[in-house]
Amino acid sequence: MATALVVAGLAGAVSLQVARERWYPAVASPVDEVYFTSGDGVGRVALSFKSVLADVYWIRAIQYFAATRLKGAPASRSDLLYPLLDIATTLDPAFNIAYRFGAIFLAEGRDRGLSHPELAITLLDKGFANNPRKWHYLYDKAFVYYWTYRDARTAAHWFAEAGKVPGSAEWLPGLAAYMLAQGGDRRSSRFLFQQILQTAEHEYMRTTAQWRLGQLDVLDLIDQVNPVLDRYGYTTGSRATEWEPLIAGGWIRGVPVDPDGLPLIIDPSTGRAAVDPTSTFFPLPDEPPPAVRPAPRPGA
Amino acid sequence: MNPRTLGRIAWAVFRDSVRDRVLYNLVGFALLVIGASFLIGQLTAGQDVKIIKDLGLAAMAVFGLFIAIFIGIGLVSKEVERRSIYSLIAKPVRRSELVVGKYLGLVLTIAINVAVMTAVWYAVLGYMSWTESEAFRQSWEAPATDPRMLVAVYLIVVQLMLVMAIALFFSTFSSPMLSAVFAFGLYVAGHFSADLKNFDLAVGDSPVRYVTTALYYVLPNMAIFDVKNAVVHAQPVPAGYVATTTLYGLCYIVSLVAAAVWIFSRRDFK
Repeated sequence: MATALVVAGLAGAVSLQVARERWYPAVASPVDEVYFTSGDGVGRVALSFKSVLADVYWIRAIQYFAATRLKGAPASRSDLLYPLLDIATTLDPAFNIAYRFGAIFLAEGRDRGLSHPELAITLLDKGFANNPRKWHYLYDKAFVYYWTYRDARTAAHWFAEAGKVPGSAEWLPGLAAYMLAQGGDRRSSRFLFQQILQTAEHEYMRTTAQWRLGQLDVLDLIDQVNPVLDRYGYTTGSRATEWEPLIAGGWIRGVPVDPDGLPLIIDPSTGRAAVDPTSTFFPLPDEPPPAVRPAPRPGA
Repeated sequence: MNPRTLGRIAWAVFRDSVRDRVLYNLVGFALLVIGASFLIGQLTAGQDVKIIKDLGLAAMAVFGLFIAIFIGIGLVSKEVERRSIYSLIAKPVRRSELVVGKYLGLVLTIAINVAVMTAVWYAVLGYMSWTESEAFRQSWEAPATDPRMLVAVYLIVVQLMLVMAIALFFSTFSSPMLSAVFAFGLYVAGHFSADLKNFDLAVGDSPVRYVTTALYYVLPNMAIFDVKNAVVHAQPVPAGYVATTTLYGLCYIVSLVAAAVWIFSRRDFK
């Protein structure tokens, strides 16, 4: 009798739950909430359980990022990501991935992130202040200046600062000098993304680096193909709009394709090669400008 | 005090706690850690080992805290409520042996609990490490089964011994409900003792600062037993720190158990 009542009660509750959700669908909350905005305040009530609470805030940050950006929610709904990351890193000041991963979330453009590089730099500054032996935060900061702000000179400065941290990578001073001399050339970008690909702790960072390297490959390919298109136009007196005439005329051996195998297109308005808008590599990034070389000193 | 008598009383307390199904918490702990290890992998962006480390240490502290308080407060008061205290004090056992023996029995219960929880926790972490690629393991700050984490487990046990002593102390003269409130209150207040020390910054030269400074030194500082975050991030915890923290805890434990013995020895059960 008792068992039957237990089973009947549970079955009734589950059925009502299912029915209620169908009859009265939940109204989505217009905004998510961070009930506590002060990491210090949360830390005080956490007693000796700050690490676990930091983990909870980290998981919330990931879910929030996924829910807002990856699902294409409006930008206004991304305002809470920084407070979540700030609280997580205040509760656990050595939470390495929250600084590095969080900086990527914040700094990347609207296609993959929140386009708040200034908050990414604030987070990385906080990380380095809390962990002065972690040169990676200065490296990441330099990267934000290089890739997001297109400011190779400031990036070079922070690469050099990262190189001064004891135990940092040996190639940092060389990279700083090279970047100062060459500015934002593609070889610098390729080197940076290769470093991330080889050293990043997390799959997402490695995947992003791999994707960026693919974009650089497409840019290289476009740079190879465009002079051929120019010569073809000059020789034939008409712009190419398809690859077939160029292949038939022996100008190129085959249709140029991006790393996924999707053919490049020829922009009919400019006659230049471009990545297909349906390609995973679209849109291609703007590249940082080359360094402005100072005029040679007299007698030098 | 007779060590054999102490041992018998301690064993009886441990048997009682087993009979009271206290060890069932181990099943809860195992389910929590094993379940979390399977569930959180998709939510944490590769931080599942760190989170299982954090979760395991926090769960040990929480489960241990509840056992320490809810059994600690009943050690003496339950005997009084059940009136079994009369048969106990009629036996050739000193009251001091009774109090100290009961305390040691609870320490044994907690120690066995934490030891089993630690073994389960390390087994889960070992399994998680075994299922990851070598390249991914290289990116961790420390190995999943880093033995240095035992320092945090050890200090959790010392902290729990102190909480048990607090609960025992209150249970010698107060009701179980009030003893639980006092013990939990002291545990919470002990995490804010640094604020008491810094109170003079807010009150200036007011006499209140002397009161708060005195409270800072009198109340047990619970925050110093917490090295969980440091060990999870493989940050060194100096042996000297562990030793002085242990001695600090032992000083309080000796004082509280002695005070409990003193009060219990003078209680009139007629």
